[in-house]
Amino acid sequence: MSQTYFLTKRLRSLVVLGVIVLVCFGSSVLTQFNLSQGIAAIPKAIVWGFSNFYPTADSLAYLSDIWAKMQETLLVSIAAAVVAAIFAFIFAILGSRITKVSNFLAVLSRAFANLSRNIDVSVWSIVLLLTFGQTSLTGFFALFIASFGFLTRAFMETIDESGTDPVEALKSAGAGYVPTIFQAVVPSSISQIMSWILFMIETNIRAATLVGILTGSGIGYIFDLYYKRMDYHAASLVVVVIVISILLIEQLSNYVRRAML
Amino acid sequence: MSMKEPPRISPAMTSAPAMIKTKKLTKSNIVIRTTMTVLALLTIYGFFTFNNQNLKFWPSLMATFANFKTVFIQPHFNHFTFSQAVEGVTVTLALGLLTTIVGAVVAFFLSLLAAENLTNKTTSNIVKTIVAIIRAVPTVLWVLIFAIAAGLGSVAAVIGMSFHSISYLTKAYSESFEEIDEGAIEALKATGAGWWQIVFQSIVPNALTSLISWTFMRFEVNFGVAVAMGAAAGAGGIGYEMFMAGAFYFDIREMGTITYFILAIAIVLEILSTQIKARIRI
Repeated sequence: MSQTYFLTKRLRSLVVLGVIVLVCFGSSVLTQFNLSQGIAAIPKAIVWGFSNFYPTADSLAYLSDIWAKMQETLLVSIAAAVVAAIFAFIFAILGSRITKVSNFLAVLSRAFANLSRNIDVSVWSIVLLLTFGQTSLTGFFALFIASFGFLTRAFMETIDESGTDPVEALKSAGAGYVPTIFQAVVPSSISQIMSWILFMIETNIRAATLVGILTGSGIGYIFDLYYKRMDYHAASLVVVVIVISILLIEQLSNYVRRAML
Repeated sequence: MSMKEPPRISPAMTSAPAMIKTKKLTKSNIVIRTTMTVLALLTIYGFFTFNNQNLKFWPSLMATFANFKTVFIQPHFNHFTFSQAVEGVTVTLALGLLTTIVGAVVAFFLSLLAAENLTNKTTSNIVKTIVAIIRAVPTVLWVLIFAIAAGLGSVAAVIGMSFHSISYLTKAYSESFEEIDEGAIEALKATGAGWWQIVFQSIVPNALTSLISWTFMRFEVNFGVAVAMGAAAGAGGIGYEMFMAGAFYFDIREMGTITYFILAIAIVLEILSTQIKARIRI
């Protein structure tokens, strides 16, 4: 009895492991990825990094330029998250099973959020690049669409989890739809909603680098500029500025989260 | 409060008896309001300082909507065929998969060191700090930095993308390990089991469901990342086709076709991910 139990358990683990190895092998062939090359690249990159990729005294001259772009990127990321949160809140109210007005509107708002979430931010930024060009607005709208999709889903789940009781209570007291939202739904989910907005800002700053490289704006653009010029000391300074900014914002939002809950 | 004290009536209550003050200014309320105000002010300030290069906002917005309409309503094939698109999607999926598996394997061992109940507080804090710094560097920068050492291509893409996955999964895994009941570890310790035996007989079986759920969630994210790396860092696949169609040929109808391919895969992955999560929670 126990022997067959352990035997089947071991066999199952072996089969799972075998499938994973096969899938890995297939994927490696498809993408021409070579694991030994990949492992060899790591020490090579570390050696290269320590000998080339660090800020020097000369590159510090670029600091004011880099900081100006970082500031712009931070503002774009915050603005995109905040404006998206306003729209996402309305769509989440319409889409949540607790507060929906009609089934048709609920399905529509869910579909809309699905569309903007599941198409990657890189796709949106390239479409936007054609009309808004190399401006901050391209980045703003690309991050806005992605944030909107994500936040709608997050807010909807938050509102669903907050429960039907407060809404039912206010409804039975004769409160209208809008007062019900602001007196029942908002108070019970506001701290969670703020927490999601802060998370979105952090995510947006990382995504902004990518969008910047694709569309030529903000901190991503200035990194790409130094990178393609092979001015690696200046490029590394950009990385340092990004890392410090992200870590500081993470600390700040963790502090706010603890104080809120 | 002693009974002898006279009842206090606040001026607000005497002058306007109809208004009942229902909102308390707790610390949490103050923090929420301050955060909201600061974010709103920064947003407004942001809109005034954006570098718009004399762009006409409304005409550009209308043109964008027109473009979206073209993308979604009139997709077509031009520079590549259906089978090439399928191949591109498969390559992107394979990149995401490799990244997830490399990330999961490395993250598993790192998270054993990062879980406080498996090591000590110092080791755990050191690993967690390193992982947080790795996560602060955007993925595209990891890929571009590795591209200098390994050349642009799938090797730099998978290794660079793995860094972020490792960091994310280490955090997620170690938190699942830390949630495991102390009794499950104590029981094995009492029987004289070694560290690895505890890990494989108690920790892994107990946390397996959440490990699988986190890993699949990361795979979902990595597909999107692989699309973006194809576009921005020469990783190939559908992302590269998308970048060429949009930013090189300016063929937004072909971008529409590619967008539908990406959307289809993303939706399938999301459905699978929610199904796995729902099945595991039971």
